[in-house]
Amino acid sequence: MEAAPILQVRDLSVTLDSEAGPVLAVRSVSYSVRPGEVFGIVGESGSGKSVSSLAVMSLLPSHARIRGSVLFRGQELLGQSDRALSRIRGRRIAMVFQDPLSALTPVYSVGDQIAEAILVHESMSREAATERAVELLALVGIPSPRHRATAFPHEFSGGMRQRAMIAMAIANRPDLIIADEPTTALDVTIQAQILQVLRTAQEVTGAAIILITHDMGIIAGMADRVGVMYAGKLVETGSVDDVFYRARMPYTLGLLGSIPRLDRGTHQALTPIEGTPPSLVDLPPGCPFESRCPLRIPSCREVEPPLLEMAASGPGHLAACHRSAEVERRDLKSADVFPAPPPHASDRDGAPRAELDQVLEVQDLVKHFPLVKGAILRRRVGTVHAVDGISFDIRRGETLGLVGESGCGKTTAIMEILNLLAPTSGRIVVFGRDTANITHRERFETRRDLQVVFQDPMASLDPRLPVHDILAEPLEAHGVPAVEHSARVRELLRLVGLEPQHASRYPQALSGGQRQRVGIARALALEPRLLVLDEPVSSLDVSIRAGVINLLEQLKKELGLSYLFVAHDLSVVRHIADRVAVMYLGRFVEIGAVDDVFDRPAHPYTQALLSAIPLPDPVKERTRTRIVLEGDLPDPSDPPTGCRFRTRCQKFSGELADAARRRCIEEQPALAARTGGPDHLDACHYAVTASVL
Amino acid sequence: MTAEPDVTSRGQLVLRRFLRRRLAMLGFTIVLVLFAIAYLSPLFVAWQYDELDASAFLSPPTGEHWFGTTQNGFDMFALTMRGMQKSLVVGLVGAVLSTALAAIAGAFAGYFGRILNAAISAVMDLLLVLPGFLIVAILSPLFQGRTWLFFVLLLAAFQWMITARIVRGMTLSLKEREFVQAARFMGVPGWKIIFRHILPNMASLLIIDATVNVSSLILAEVGLSFFGFGIQPPDVSLGTLIGNYSNAALTFWWQFYLPAGFLVLLVLAVNLVGDGLRDAFDPNAPSRVT
Amino acid sequence: MISFLLRRLAYLALLVLVATSAAYFLAATQLNPRSRYEGRNPPPPAAVVDAALDALNLNDRTPVLERFARWSTGVFHGDLGRTVDNTSVNEEIDRRMWVSLRLMLLGAILGSALGVAGGAYAAVKQYQKFDHVLTVFSFVILSIPTVVLAVLYKNAGIGLNNLLGFTGETKLLYTTGEMTPGLDPWTGAGIMDRMAHLILPTLVLASISIAFYGRYQRNAMLDILGSDFLRTAQAKGLPRSRALIRHGLRTALIPMVTFFAYQFALLFVGATFTEKIFGWHGMGEYFVNSVTGQDVNSVAGVTLFVAILVLIAGFLADVAYAALDPRVRV
Ligand code: SF4
Ligand code: SF4
Repeated sequence: MEAAPILQVRDLSVTLDSEAGPVLAVRSVSYSVRPGEVFGIVGESGSGKSVSSLAVMSLLPSHARIRGSVLFRGQELLGQSDRALSRIRGRRIAMVFQDPLSALTPVYSVGDQIAEAILVHESMSREAATERAVELLALVGIPSPRHRATAFPHEFSGGMRQRAMIAMAIANRPDLIIADEPTTALDVTIQAQILQVLRTAQEVTGAAIILITHDMGIIAGMADRVGVMYAGKLVETGSVDDVFYRARMPYTLGLLGSIPRLDRGTHQALTPIEGTPPSLVDLPPGCPFESRCPLRIPSCREVEPPLLEMAASGPGHLAACHRSAEVERRDLKSADVFPAPPPHASDRDGAPRAELDQVLEVQDLVKHFPLVKGAILRRRVGTVHAVDGISFDIRRGETLGLVGESGCGKTTAIMEILNLLAPTSGRIVVFGRDTANITHRERFETRRDLQVVFQDPMASLDPRLPVHDILAEPLEAHGVPAVEHSARVRELLRLVGLEPQHASRYPQALSGGQRQRVGIARALALEPRLLVLDEPVSSLDVSIRAGVINLLEQLKKELGLSYLFVAHDLSVVRHIADRVAVMYLGRFVEIGAVDDVFDRPAHPYTQALLSAIPLPDPVKERTRTRIVLEGDLPDPSDPPTGCRFRTRCQKFSGELADAARRRCIEEQPALAARTGGPDHLDACHYAVTASVL
Repeated sequence: MTAEPDVTSRGQLVLRRFLRRRLAMLGFTIVLVLFAIAYLSPLFVAWQYDELDASAFLSPPTGEHWFGTTQNGFDMFALTMRGMQKSLVVGLVGAVLSTALAAIAGAFAGYFGRILNAAISAVMDLLLVLPGFLIVAILSPLFQGRTWLFFVLLLAAFQWMITARIVRGMTLSLKEREFVQAARFMGVPGWKIIFRHILPNMASLLIIDATVNVSSLILAEVGLSFFGFGIQPPDVSLGTLIGNYSNAALTFWWQFYLPAGFLVLLVLAVNLVGDGLRDAFDPNAPSRVT
Repeated sequence: MISFLLRRLAYLALLVLVATSAAYFLAATQLNPRSRYEGRNPPPPAAVVDAALDALNLNDRTPVLERFARWSTGVFHGDLGRTVDNTSVNEEIDRRMWVSLRLMLLGAILGSALGVAGGAYAAVKQYQKFDHVLTVFSFVILSIPTVVLAVLYKNAGIGLNNLLGFTGETKLLYTTGEMTPGLDPWTGAGIMDRMAHLILPTLVLASISIAFYGRYQRNAMLDILGSDFLRTAQAKGLPRSRALIRHGLRTALIPMVTFFAYQFALLFVGATFTEKIFGWHGMGEYFVNSVTGQDVNSVAGVTLFVAILVLIAGFLADVAYAALDPRVRV
């Protein structure tokens, strides 16, 4: 039954030059891909997953030294001339890159770029090629393709660009498509669309796909087989079921245990993997995972474990660990290997919300921006309705999750709150003070109580200051005497799980997780009561994420904080929040307790959003019914009349009769309790709860 | 990829990279040596720049007059060293002034925006439209008998605008950066944010700009002095020497080629330093020539 | 849109106005046309001098505001006033700007074309021989003041003439002026003569342009070389060289257009040092002469001319940018 593999990678090693010395980016990786299958490669940043696939195409910069063998249909690719390779690239093996904006040439139209991909390999007229390009654009689901083919890449949305990249990749019906993080830069509902397009592309061309990603959920839903990479090596490989349900390498187990699960709620214990991956510049001998592995034994330090077949699983399940036989025998799970803090229970002590103090109250908040056009002749052409009337409150000790995709207005909303100025219209009341009429002094004082943690810890810490100065800055601004700074800095570092000696480091010398801890420590310096967390874990690698989430939960409990937690990752929100608000195009579509909203979503958009999130569970992924939304977010300077979601609403387009639709078009649905408890509000005229997980 | 936490600070790293660049080090050494001989040699040589040797008119280089003499019997070596002192000082002071001006104007315009930005922009536009050469030339009689500092100020006044625009652009993007916002949400006042977060984060740009300005100002001084609009007699600079003796290049070559040679060496060395700094600050950027 | 453009235009006009007025006031208060009459022998009577200066609107005994009023009224009627030699500033500019253009055009075209091509090629062959040669060339040329460079080239030209025995009236390369007086410029001999005059200054200007563009184009190209879209172009099957030219060079040209626009708009403004050394009577020379000649109206006229050209250059740069880069198109 085994068909001959179309791609065979043997002992592939790549060394890249860097400032610090040669980096062993890929070390002796072997795998093969059979015709028509999807082979997933999963790993964190720096694991070598992208480098190894670029090496297959010989697309690495010239300083890269590549060894090993890459056989494509029996033909060796490494060491071929550029001419010979260019006949294979794009025709037999095609590629889809991560960031479609920078991957398309900005100065040529999308149609021309697709036509070019055809013309390099086939002799046909320009017109015919353009015609093909239009057909391909239609195939990948671009509306009015003939018209859009003449547009430039910057005029496309992110999802559209990625569709165009896929169109380009399948233009010559390749045998193999390498997709390198094809959805990482995209929102979840768009990601679901793109994955759908990839499936279609595969059906149409029959190509095999190498899918590279860091998201276990995508692998679970897309791949037939998977390889897990760590520190430049393949550490476990096998069928998706083997790897997800019978992982035998501790790193894989840790990875699976550290992902917050959308379908498990707040009671899941997250197992963080302590530490960071080793430097690839001077790699110590032995197992690369040794420093982080709870199962390590002395020999792990000396001998690097080979990739060996697991006896009990089906053939083709390999793991690289000295103790994998034992793991297999005892069938260890993540929680058995990695110590996890006890799951946190809701800490509101059962007191009804209404009786708790309000720390933040937002009423009918509106923020409009002028829309300027033209890089040279800048002028105002309209108004962006970034936030258009949202209301919510946060009580003491409570976490409100604010979720939505990019462009929904969630960032604008928190910036309005943090600015502590009078909004365009509506009211913001922080700790009982209305921002519209507070004095300069009061505003300054309020800042003590209201602090923020940003998404990207590298960007939120001044690279020019050592950690001590970063943490002392708020103290200084608020007049804490200089003699007390050092003691407070040490205390803060301990609070977030760092060492006192970190105070003299610069942010660049810290790992991503450590940096984010410094960011949290800075926010805590003035003992605030409310923290705004703007995507605090989304730029961190999965294995590090869990540790930061656990820290945030612990701090909240110990210090009695309230959180406004903004995120696009619903799994994290489910894990950490008490209540959640879902935002779409400047308005809330649903708000309520997390379990209500996630288990019984009432609004079609919430349902689609939840359904779009891949679960790291192959069986569930295979059996789930998916709601894939149509199209892109409408132009926020010209929102649709009536219900803002109607242009993409699956209920509107699928279920409703014309008469019922009229109401969606004409009447803007108010946020109201339609489906259950008084605290579960939605904004859909025809809300019906459904379970989509 | 996550590298082993590295405790070297950015400053040390930049220094190390700079030291590794042999050409940049060479340039730096040349600048230092030129500096030293320009200021120290008058202490050791027989003839000073304002002494004339009535026994040697238009003498080619000899053991007594290393660089020969002028038609009035002035010693060319002494004149060249004296001229180099002036060129160095004009370049350094002018560069520091214009870069400082650019940094402050650009950062304040960018950070505070609105009226301040409009006002500073208008001044920049105006100065860009005015031919600086002409204005300095018109005002040159004013330098006579006055300190050269006034001249340097004027040169700097026409030098800062382009950099200020770049600084403003960078300020606008730094202002949106999260560490600046974090400081703002802590309640740190704007001017403090500019000096603590914004300008230090442009240090590389500013240092490189200052270096580049040294050579542009030296060249600008030469251009103006060539026509007699720059350093005024009795002061001499490399520019006035080149201007005075450019016609002698074919006949009494030492009068022209020796000061010109020193000038080119100086500018070349400064440019090498600038280029090395750029590479040291930004190892990923392609190596540039300035 | 229209009102926006009008506002922009009004702002630019205001800039020109302020700049020119500032230059006029500076010149009128700092320069001293009277000094031109002082050295004469016999000294002309004061009344005669006053009358002569009054006729030119240059009399420093007339309050400066009054002179400005008279001058600016003229300017609004398109008359930039008289030079100290009682010729028309308009005519002076009109004649000299074409001289400058004839001097500089060839050098500008050669310099930018060779510089761009060389820079792009050097980037592709980074750290190889050609790259090193271009880098050293740029480095050295940009460290030499134009005056010195012009003198060097001029003397090299004279040396070459002597070496090849052109010591008489007819030279291989001429080092002064635009053409030999008395020749009909449109005969074959006339054109040859002009070329012989043009070669050396063109080499000076072209060297500088090549050094400048070479270095910028090299950097722009190097920035592009690591870009994702170049990788995409190769991934779809373009051979590297074709990907480099079609996708790389095309995109790397964008940041250069600002320089092109300025260089070509400012061709009329002239090259002060080159004109001076090679004895061409263009705008650059006028620049200097207006100051040394205490020529107030010329200074103001030149300022106005330059200011307008700088603004036109800025406008050209924007237009060219938009033409090359769809991202900034309106
Ligand atoms: S080889 Fe040792 S250190 Fe590596 S994963 Fe297995 S048990 Fe852990
Ligand atoms: S109101 Fe209508 S369009 Fe809006 S979400 Fe409900 S069904 Fe869809």
